[in-house]
Amino acid sequence: MQPGGWIGLCLLLLLGGMALMAPRLALQSPLVVEPGAAFTPPGPEHWMGTDNFGRDVWSRFLYGGRISLMVGVIAMAISATTGTLLGVVAGYYGGKVDSLLSWITEVLQAFPGILLALVIIAILGSGIFNVMVAVGIASIPSFMRLSRGQVLRVKEFGYIEAARSLGASDARVLFRHILPNILRPLLVLVTLGMGGAILEGASLSFLGLGAQPPDPEWGAMLSAGRAFLSRGWWIAVFPGLGIFLAVLGINLFGDAIGDLLDPRSQNQNNR
Amino acid sequence: MWQYLGRRLLVSLAVLLGVSALTFSMLHLVPGDPVHAMLGRQAVTAERAEELRAQLGLNDPLPVQYANYLTKALRGDLGRSIRSNRPVASMIAEQLPSTLMLAAASMIVAIAIGVPLGSLAALQQNRWTDTLIMIGAISGVSIPSFFLALLLILLFSVSLGWLPGTASTNDLRGLVLPALTLGLGEAAVITRLVRASLLEVLHQPYLWTARAKGADEKRVLWEHAFRNALIPVVTMLSLQLVYLLAGSVVIENIFARQGIGRLAVTAIQNRDFPLVQGVVLLIATTYVAINTLTDLSYAVLDPRIRLK
Repeated sequence: MQPGGWIGLCLLLLLGGMALMAPRLALQSPLVVEPGAAFTPPGPEHWMGTDNFGRDVWSRFLYGGRISLMVGVIAMAISATTGTLLGVVAGYYGGKVDSLLSWITEVLQAFPGILLALVIIAILGSGIFNVMVAVGIASIPSFMRLSRGQVLRVKEFGYIEAARSLGASDARVLFRHILPNILRPLLVLVTLGMGGAILEGASLSFLGLGAQPPDPEWGAMLSAGRAFLSRGWWIAVFPGLGIFLAVLGINLFGDAIGDLLDPRSQNQNNR
Repeated sequence: MWQYLGRRLLVSLAVLLGVSALTFSMLHLVPGDPVHAMLGRQAVTAERAEELRAQLGLNDPLPVQYANYLTKALRGDLGRSIRSNRPVASMIAEQLPSTLMLAAASMIVAIAIGVPLGSLAALQQNRWTDTLIMIGAISGVSIPSFFLALLLILLFSVSLGWLPGTASTNDLRGLVLPALTLGLGEAAVITRLVRASLLEVLHQPYLWTARAKGADEKRVLWEHAFRNALIPVVTMLSLQLVYLLAGSVVIENIFARQGIGRLAVTAIQNRDFPLVQGVVLLIATTYVAINTLTDLSYAVLDPRIRLK
């Protein structure tokens, strides 16, 4: 793996580990309010300072990371399973099923960027759980498109025809022979998609449509801190740094995984 | 050729129908009674609820409602905002110039930074310049726009006091930071795209032929490599313009700038469905239109596409 990939993996392990160990690493509860300690700059007592309510930013950063990273994981779980299943069915059966599912994909892809997630939030209402669902649904078309294309390629191979002629059922051909052979590009999409999902989730929380106060979440913390930039830059900057490093780690790792699984780049390396 | 054009237009029409059906069904997919969802917890009289139901045509059968929605939308009538009772189309028309100005300015920033850096990275492949540019590009792709905005505000507004942190529509100085924020993120995408595209072209045999025929390196690069490498980039740029429109949702909110992005978020917070539907329909339709035009122009330029 390229050095960038290792740096990305280290960043991810560090931030993931911090989020998992939040109860042990936090100096206090992320919700404890101490009005007397408001706007304390970063120092030995409060490593990342305190916010306008005197809450410890380090503790909120750790617990906020749990929610932000969770948005990425759950959203990708929703989109990868649903999108892959639909794409595989469309590619394998073809005909009207394929036309209908491809049309749905094209319609969903007409809503660029964060727009589809916004539409779903408008329907479901605000809240962090709805953000996970919205971001997950918004990413389904990418998985559908990729897995459909991969199935169209793989189903023409001789071993699929051999499996069919030996009497294998559709389900067996799909899950035993086709799915394992299209997992590589899907793995790259899951990795890179997770970064996008974290960004979208944090953006929705930043806009006030995701995590609600006083719950800590990186996007929401940054949004709350921007009103106090001149009095306490640390309130907004640390959560922003958290999102940036998490997404950077995922992108570096995803790019490296993509190169590793791409036979063309392996050939270039071997030359 | 005409057959391809006709088929492509039919596909776009089908997608547009789907887009309109999805925006129409937003109101009906809301859990519970849509009228109560829109009016929220405020004390609602039965008369007010009935009045809104009639205004939105919710008493008609679903197919009739959709047909009415579609006919009105085609005439430019997107209904009335339930909060301000103003026509949605005119509310969007008021905000659109500000968003378009932001998108155009961001695109200029993105091209001015992305194309030269991407080209330089490709020409200096695997050297420290390339590594440095690619580190910058991957950081640009990874940084949330609202965090970048905040850092720029901290630097140029809070510390140096050079530029305003919030913007009004008519103030050009107020456009600088929002355009820089949106444009820098986009520049990172363009840098990666230009580098990849140029690298692919640089390894093509026709460049060796040009060199073998005695063309100097400048001519090989400018006349043969760049021209061909930029074709896919220019195509992508048209689609990126719509992504900039969608990106304005966050940027307009952080800089308190007028525009359709801010209008959309306020509408969602107020559960003002006709307004949300209007903005979403506009952006999605623009996306489909640009996508279709791009495909059609590709078919005109490249015979292989229409023959497929």
